[in-house]
Amino acid sequence: MARPARAVRKVVLWLVRIFFALMLAFPFYWMLITTFKRSPDLYNLKNNPFLFNEPPTLEHLRLLFNETLFLRWIGNTAFAGAVVVIITLVLAVPAAYALARLTGGWGAQLGIGVFLTYLVPPTLLFIPLSKVVAMLGLQDSLWSIILVYPSFTIPFSTWLLMGFFKSIPRDLEDAAMVDGLSRWGAFLKLMIPMSTSGILTVVIFTFTLVTQEFVYALTFISTAAHQTVGVGVATFLVRGDVFYWGSLMAGCLITSVPIGILYNIFLDRFIEGFTVGAVK
Amino acid sequence: MKGQRWLGPAMFMPAIFYIVALVGVPFVMAFIYSVGDVKIGSEGYHFVGLHNFISVLKSPSFSQAVKNSVIFTISSQILVLIGANILALALKEAFPGRRFMRFLILLPWVAPVSVGSIGWKWILDSVYSVVNWVLVRMHFVKQFEAPVWLGIPKLAMISVILVHTWHMLPFATVIILAGLTAIPRDIPEAAAVDGAGFFRTLFQITIPMMLPIINVAMLFGVIFTFTDMTVIYILTRGGPFDSTQVIPSLAFFTGILGSDLAEGAAISIFMVPLLVIVSYFVLRTAHRAEVT
Repeated sequence: MARPARAVRKVVLWLVRIFFALMLAFPFYWMLITTFKRSPDLYNLKNNPFLFNEPPTLEHLRLLFNETLFLRWIGNTAFAGAVVVIITLVLAVPAAYALARLTGGWGAQLGIGVFLTYLVPPTLLFIPLSKVVAMLGLQDSLWSIILVYPSFTIPFSTWLLMGFFKSIPRDLEDAAMVDGLSRWGAFLKLMIPMSTSGILTVVIFTFTLVTQEFVYALTFISTAAHQTVGVGVATFLVRGDVFYWGSLMAGCLITSVPIGILYNIFLDRFIEGFTVGAVK
Repeated sequence: MKGQRWLGPAMFMPAIFYIVALVGVPFVMAFIYSVGDVKIGSEGYHFVGLHNFISVLKSPSFSQAVKNSVIFTISSQILVLIGANILALALKEAFPGRRFMRFLILLPWVAPVSVGSIGWKWILDSVYSVVNWVLVRMHFVKQFEAPVWLGIPKLAMISVILVHTWHMLPFATVIILAGLTAIPRDIPEAAAVDGAGFFRTLFQITIPMMLPIINVAMLFGVIFTFTDMTVIYILTRGGPFDSTQVIPSLAFFTGILGSDLAEGAAISIFMVPLLVIVSYFVLRTAHRAEVT
């Protein structure tokens, strides 16, 4: 009895896995196949869309890199991402340490309060912020999002790092301070080097959050050349009503996969940030 | 030990200041705008009382948007929770290729959602949709009667719900997976030894033990769905005829594109009650963690 039941169970589990993997990954497969198909092949209803009915081509990639602002958008995103990472680290690392170690019970409360601000959505804040951005003269500039993005990367990073600092035994700092280091010295020379993996996680997440953000960039920036890659590909690659699907899908694929891989590596830590309190 | 008293605040105040300035202040401003007459490029501010709210409540687009927001959030969250629970159970045990499969499954959440939605726009294209090609091939529909997924109100709503579900499913799955792996193995095993079948173990042991974590997945899922407009903005722009318009997208079209900041702010204020409820439950979960 037990053996066939186990075999059935195994088959069912594989069917479920394969079904979900196909459904979830399909659009990315579709981006891949569209990227390398010739246009006459793409736009012929008689052709089987799953196959290459004509030899593959690099034409869409050439168009994407040579005749659109794609590389500019990638550059913009990398620059904004780097500056936002720096702002986030400078503000969140000391804040997380202070809230985890120096403030006793109400530090934890404040930490939860900081995390809750992460839940306030861009779609509530974008209207007042668009006025703030205009008043600062940053409208239509990459600096508008560089200013605004830390408002959600700092809360999440502080929350993640608080958990990280709490997991380091207090005795280590106490010993270092007995040996003559000040509290600030212990933070700089002991805690930061010990938290490199936590800090690296924050760097990756901040960067991916910058790449994924859509609403603020769409709201504040109107010139194509100043856009980030997420908004640029999704809104400016369409000229008038004409969709260049080949180049569009190439842009989507190139944007998605590297970020997907990076994020995937650090995902478990990211999820810990959400599940504190429900999983022990 | 001297100087310690100010070191803590000196270390966390800059971050708190940044958050207050760019989340707290605009949050309050949203309320102030909603009872004023601010437009893009306008100067000065006049209090107009509830004028914006009255005009919002009278507009048919708004009542449609509220209805759509509720349908969009509830249906996609039901689909996400069912799918995520099934998928998490299927991924729990080790199997060959698990890492790669996890990568594939996570892609919809980790890739920028704007870009993923563009992929779907092509898949659901009015002429070259691959979905329709398959449907025609399998003789479910005729070539020129194939559904226009994003062009017909009901189908458009179904499409944006499914695409949003696609985007959120991996997130809920990994959260639930984290909960599943935390359940001590011996409890379901003991139940099996005592003669409980697969479904009995599932419904009487595994799911009740999982409830706290399913709650977490649901809370964040609800907030990220109710306040998001990316999928809808890219696939339908709220159309056709407002049939997929939701509260955040309507706030965007009214406040930013229509440059009526005050009315846009009034619309977005309607997201606050849900925000407060979810925050309350998140706080409760977090406090439980503090106690235990």
